[in-house]
Amino acid sequence: MDTLCRDCCTLVDLAPGARRCPACRSPRLTSHPELTQLSIAHIDCDAFYATVEKRDDPALRDKPVIVGGGKRGVVSTCCYIARIRGVRSAMPMFKALQLCPEAVVVKPRGAVYVEVSGRIRRMMEELTPVIEPLSLDEAFLDLTGTARLHHAPPAVLMARLARRVEVELGITASVGLSHNKFLAKIASDRDKPRGFTVIGRAETGAFLAAQPVGVIWGVGHVTREKLANDGIRTIADLLGRDRKALAARYGQMGDRLWRLARGQDSRPVSSRNAVKGLSNETTFHEDTSDPELLDGHLWRLADKVSSRLKAKDIAGRVVTVKLKRADHRLLTRRHALDQPTQLAGVIHATAAPLLRRSLAEAPFRLLGVGLSDLVPGHLADREADLLDPTARSRTEAERATDRIRARFGEDSILKGRALR
Amino acid sequence: MKVSIERSALLKAMSRAQSVVERRNTIPILANVLIEAEGDGLSFRATDLDIEVLDRAPAMVLKAGATTVGAHTLHEIVRKLPDGAMVELESDDAAGRLAVRAGRSSFSLATLPREDFPVMANAEYECNFACDTPVLRRLFDKAKFAMSVEETRYYLNGVYMHAADGLDGRALRCVATDGHRLARIDAPLPQGADNLPGVIVPRKTVGEMRKLLDDDDVQIAVSVSETKIRFATPEVTLTSKVIDGTFPDYSRVIPTGNTKRLEVDATEFSKAVDRVATVSSERSRAVKLSLDEDRLVLSVNAPDSGAAEEELAVAYGDEPLEIGFNAKYLQEIADQVDRENAVFLFNASGDPTLMREGDDETAVYVVMPMRV
Repeated sequence: MDTLCRDCCTLVDLAPGARRCPACRSPRLTSHPELTQLSIAHIDCDAFYATVEKRDDPALRDKPVIVGGGKRGVVSTCCYIARIRGVRSAMPMFKALQLCPEAVVVKPRGAVYVEVSGRIRRMMEELTPVIEPLSLDEAFLDLTGTARLHHAPPAVLMARLARRVEVELGITASVGLSHNKFLAKIASDRDKPRGFTVIGRAETGAFLAAQPVGVIWGVGHVTREKLANDGIRTIADLLGRDRKALAARYGQMGDRLWRLARGQDSRPVSSRNAVKGLSNETTFHEDTSDPELLDGHLWRLADKVSSRLKAKDIAGRVVTVKLKRADHRLLTRRHALDQPTQLAGVIHATAAPLLRRSLAEAPFRLLGVGLSDLVPGHLADREADLLDPTARSRTEAERATDRIRARFGEDSILKGRALR
Repeated sequence: MKVSIERSALLKAMSRAQSVVERRNTIPILANVLIEAEGDGLSFRATDLDIEVLDRAPAMVLKAGATTVGAHTLHEIVRKLPDGAMVELESDDAAGRLAVRAGRSSFSLATLPREDFPVMANAEYECNFACDTPVLRRLFDKAKFAMSVEETRYYLNGVYMHAADGLDGRALRCVATDGHRLARIDAPLPQGADNLPGVIVPRKTVGEMRKLLDDDDVQIAVSVSETKIRFATPEVTLTSKVIDGTFPDYSRVIPTGNTKRLEVDATEFSKAVDRVATVSSERSRAVKLSLDEDRLVLSVNAPDSGAAEEELAVAYGDEPLEIGFNAKYLQEIADQVDRENAVFLFNASGDPTLMREGDDETAVYVVMPMRV
């Protein structure tokens, strides 16, 4: 069986019964019979925003850190210390602070996250051109056929990538390696933080059967409850169901459940997915009419959408707010901007009045934000606002930074706060 | 009510009424026009609750009275009647019907009681003045293209009219902006307008008001309060709520230190911009202006669809400059110039640019550049 040392980033020969790397004595070993044969990887930074904040302010290192807007009232990301206390992303801030009163709340610094994400992206590009970024902090990589070029199998390349991100950027990431995207994404989530999980073809069926249905992407707590009511809690429960019956009961989702339960996922890793729109949504644990709380979620969703746009280098012009009322009736409200945008601030400022005007229909059980009418990223936010000169100087400063970096290298200019 | 009215007079009044009435209405009465017959004429009143238009037309009143009827339907009927026809309107309040007869055509339309028709409350107008039609027309025509349609900044969805200190004394000033471009138009302040409160005249009102401004010899009576504005000719009174919001401090947006001066024939310039922009398939077409001594090169480079370039002879004596703009915005401001050359004053490629007609500072335009 092949064994990888994640600190040496090489394949090692392990004596029977040994638990440490013979070269560096590290216990961070990953053994798997298919280790050198799998080439679809998913890499996911650990508590990305919070980790970046800890990196830039070492005083935060041992404290529970919550990234989120103060007044906005929703947790955007939280570090692992805060997670131990029960804090989760999308949780209302007041609740998070009840669970963890000593937490340090940090305002998100979007520009810094974009910069770090860009540097990770360039490291990935050294490995393969087939990258599909999902957001600022996660991406799929297809490393098929790269072993000869790099003189190392994908598993080693991914271990090197995770190590490089850690050493050069000061943040940690978890890697999942498998034979398709669905499984690679599940794998990366298995052993966080600093994880490295492999799911091989031979074990796919047995592995999945034991999983709760919630591991399937798109199965949130609402679908989960619905499935539970039908007696489906694990993937094994799903395997017993007829394909047609599932499709009849759950529509398109039913067919997906049937396929994914068998570990079948033929979607290619693609940076050029012809997307028509991007959206993120969240279903609340309790229906809500609270404008502050809704606005908090709206901001978080706008930020997520923006992060995905930036990762894919695209921009959109039509902002859509999606709301589901307590009686499951769906409302959508849209607004066309006069120029395409990538900016979370613009998306939120456009979506907020759409939400505000719909408050009479509250309470809501679901809120979503989407952007459509997509164009290439270079067409985004090209016209500055005459009436908001500070926005203009901020944008100009960022562009000047980009130009300097392009000419003199990544580290030639940094924000002062990044040096603290 | 029973009246007889000439088709052309009825058509004119109904065109005005139906354009105020919204196409889609949730409140049925708002789809109707209130017709009142009294003395030797008819009055027509239509509203969308924000704007009210009251129009008067001479008619032969056989029996005084009033009713309300669907504005769009009546307008369509009258429009399709032959020119020169006499139209008879007779209401039957008990049956809730209005009979419309002309020649051999007859129509019967459903009515709603006049009591249900909402009449806009009369305001206390603290400022009343008279303005020559051409003056008012220029103020609004030259400013209105810059109004915003963005609902998020509703206070920009109109023309800001106020009294200001112009170059030659007090001015009646109209300003509009959408955040990308701005128009500031001045006229001498008419008598009686000294205490004019600054009001934002909504986009729809600007459009409706413009229809009153076709006859140069008529004076327009303007009445303004904090919440309403009224424009009146002898036949028509247009009353509108103003936008309840604060117009931004536009004066800090207008650049004062721009020194790089370009003078160009506005028509030639606008046509050239239009030509080169053709190759761009984007929604907002970006045009690059490259300036060198007495030479302007307009270019568009759209990687997906093609490239275009055109050179214009201009008057320019400053250091070379490259600056990009939204083609539509450039054309729209250049199209405001009607007598002299367009004068552009630039600073740097990221700074707002100023445009005026010759050295006339009573009409000033600002446009934001675009990254190209």
